[in-house]
Amino acid sequence: MAFTAPKESYAGKVYSVTIGTGDKAATIGGENVLSFHSFEGETPNRPLVAFEIQDVPPTDWPENVRKVFDGVSDDPVKWAKYCQDELKAKAIALRLVGTHPDRENRSAEDAAKTVREVLAAISVPLIILGSNHAEKDSSVLIAAAEAAKDKNCIIGKAQEANYKTIAAAAMANNHKLIAMSELDINLSKQLNILITQMGFDKERIITDPMCSALGYGLEYTYSVMERIRLAALTQNDQTMQQPLLADVGMYVWKVKESQAPESDLPQWGAAEERGILWEAETATALLIAGAELLIMRHPRAAAAVESVIEELV
Amino acid sequence: MALSGVEIFKLLPKTNCKKCGQPTCLAFAMKLAQRQATLDLCPDVSEEAKQKLGEASAPPVRPITLGSGDKAVKMGEETVLFRHDKKFVNPCVFALEVKDTLSEADIAAFCNQVVDSEMDRVGQKLRVNAIMISNESGDAAKLEAAAKTVAAKAAGVPVIINTTNAQAAETAVKLFADKKPLLFGANASNLEAMAAVAKSNKASLGISAASLEELSELTEKAKGFGVEDLVLDSGARKAKDMIEHNTLVRRAAIKKNFKPLGFPVISFAQRGDSLLEALVASVCIAKYSSIVVLSSIEKWKNLALFTLRQNIYTDPQVPMQVEQKIYNIGDPKADAPLFVTTNFSLTYFIVSGEIENSKVSCRLAVMDSEGLSVLTAWAAGKFTATKIAAFIQESGIDKEMATKELIIPGYVAILSGSIEEKLPGWKITVGPREANAIPAFLKSRA
Repeated sequence: MAFTAPKESYAGKVYSVTIGTGDKAATIGGENVLSFHSFEGETPNRPLVAFEIQDVPPTDWPENVRKVFDGVSDDPVKWAKYCQDELKAKAIALRLVGTHPDRENRSAEDAAKTVREVLAAISVPLIILGSNHAEKDSSVLIAAAEAAKDKNCIIGKAQEANYKTIAAAAMANNHKLIAMSELDINLSKQLNILITQMGFDKERIITDPMCSALGYGLEYTYSVMERIRLAALTQNDQTMQQPLLADVGMYVWKVKESQAPESDLPQWGAAEERGILWEAETATALLIAGAELLIMRHPRAAAAVESVIEELV
Repeated sequence: MALSGVEIFKLLPKTNCKKCGQPTCLAFAMKLAQRQATLDLCPDVSEEAKQKLGEASAPPVRPITLGSGDKAVKMGEETVLFRHDKKFVNPCVFALEVKDTLSEADIAAFCNQVVDSEMDRVGQKLRVNAIMISNESGDAAKLEAAAKTVAAKAAGVPVIINTTNAQAAETAVKLFADKKPLLFGANASNLEAMAAVAKSNKASLGISAASLEELSELTEKAKGFGVEDLVLDSGARKAKDMIEHNTLVRRAAIKKNFKPLGFPVISFAQRGDSLLEALVASVCIAKYSSIVVLSSIEKWKNLALFTLRQNIYTDPQVPMQVEQKIYNIGDPKADAPLFVTTNFSLTYFIVSGEIENSKVSCRLAVMDSEGLSVLTAWAAGKFTATKIAAFIQESGIDKEMATKELIIPGYVAILSGSIEEKLPGWKITVGPREANAIPAFLKSRA
């Protein structure tokens, strides 16, 4: 029995989405095969790793990732420049967590000012994220989207409760949009449909099916991503052909494994390496499942993921 | 492709004798097609049918056991390409490579690490499963000495002997002759001699080739030499090639029922940098490797790799559950709030995560709801006032609390009155509907 390689070709294709402007603009997606399956189709773009920064100092980040940014994280502009210039970040994700009513409760105007200052300081693409407070995000992200007009950013996250205002703001100011739903392929599809029914171009959406950390529901995100991608490719479902986002850092750096000191749990080994690997491994698994855009915190985790991407392309 | 029930039925005696335990031959055929029965249950099947059906009813990826005793591990038997279709069957084996150029003390230290690697996570015992002894020196005596050290220091741990030298293989494999070792290192130039060593020592045989075409030819030859338990190495060493080869092997076996590649795959993840090694191993875990060879097994790395393996090999149909009990989050004192929720693992992880985020020490009572989330469990009658009240009462937690107050999920606000009736002396507070509102909820109480 002679071997013939059972290669597959698919009807569908993931949309190519370009973010940023000028020579630092980046493109993700565009493949017509499963992740890293370049042996049977086109994989024109590498996944993109964006470094996460915040509008307020990361007092809520665990020590092992917070300390890396000591001296720059007190100011989002310094922090962004450090990521771009020293860590060679190819994109920055600015999370306006300080606008959350339970946090510093910064105003939409303050958030817009931060966005303007950060944009003036960097040339790589910017992802602008709210604080995940559906109501507050509506006003904050409208102001942020206006402040970033024509800079071709990604604005997020639009959810079922607030997609109308956020999508309208992204549309009016020429941005891309993150559509986030909670670990359900049908909800994800439905949100994409609702957003496109407003007249928003389906090829300007990034899908976030909700991330989860290794050991804390990762298998759900993994399988939802894999199913979305299979629907995009095998069924040519145009409502699910958006690139996928894995918002990794935020989920990883709150689980016990990423922060418990070795003195408390000697059987878990060195805490710093453990946290870094926890983030890098969550990211790698989701890359395999289909993610094209990752938001990460620890520079060593991001660098390790870049190394494995280098081996995968 | 595997035969359908009707195709199988045509080959059966059609006597409906019921000796197989099924009412009719057709029912038996359907069971065979779903791999829920085996052909040996039919006493009257013809030799011709046996041969045809034997081939078709064999699992697409041959089951192979590595090692013996309570540390033995099963590999193969996979039936799907994507975990959402059906549970991945046999979790991959992690094997630590030990080179025979190391000193006896270093080899013994590696053995200890493997023996000590066992950890408990969500009720499962997880460990580095095997040791690969590599004949790096090229010297048969050194391989034998290293194998003896491993046999003594890591007794019971399944072993892979890695050499291309059949004479060296013979002496080393013999040490594990009754323990189902894997002899790895057969290739186009030594296949016959290596197959003979594997056969006489009841070892499985790992075959390396430069391509999948060559590998398919070599496995057929090995079968001709009388070795059926084979492990595949396509020569892929870069992560990109591993994905390609492992995917093509799995597809050929499952979708085409291509027998020459219907075997477990071994992958080599060793890298100079341990962090990168862990990520390459992660690719192997997700993409179909049955054995992942590592060069180091630090505890932090084991924990992450064990967890990913557990996540990927979880049954997607059965919700993961956590144990029913009252969990302490932070360092709860007598005045700490007490929450109750269900034992669906995702519910538990999200609720406990949000409580942790709030930085307020709390108790979280997790009630067995057969792995259902709050609303589903309520709708299914698994999260009722009676059951919640009984659970809280039996826990005896009130003895540790200053005020008897229980916070219930907002989605079951409707239960608050009846819980209050069934828990005399308790105040029932309705908490938020979604876990992400817990930090604000706790802040507002402070």
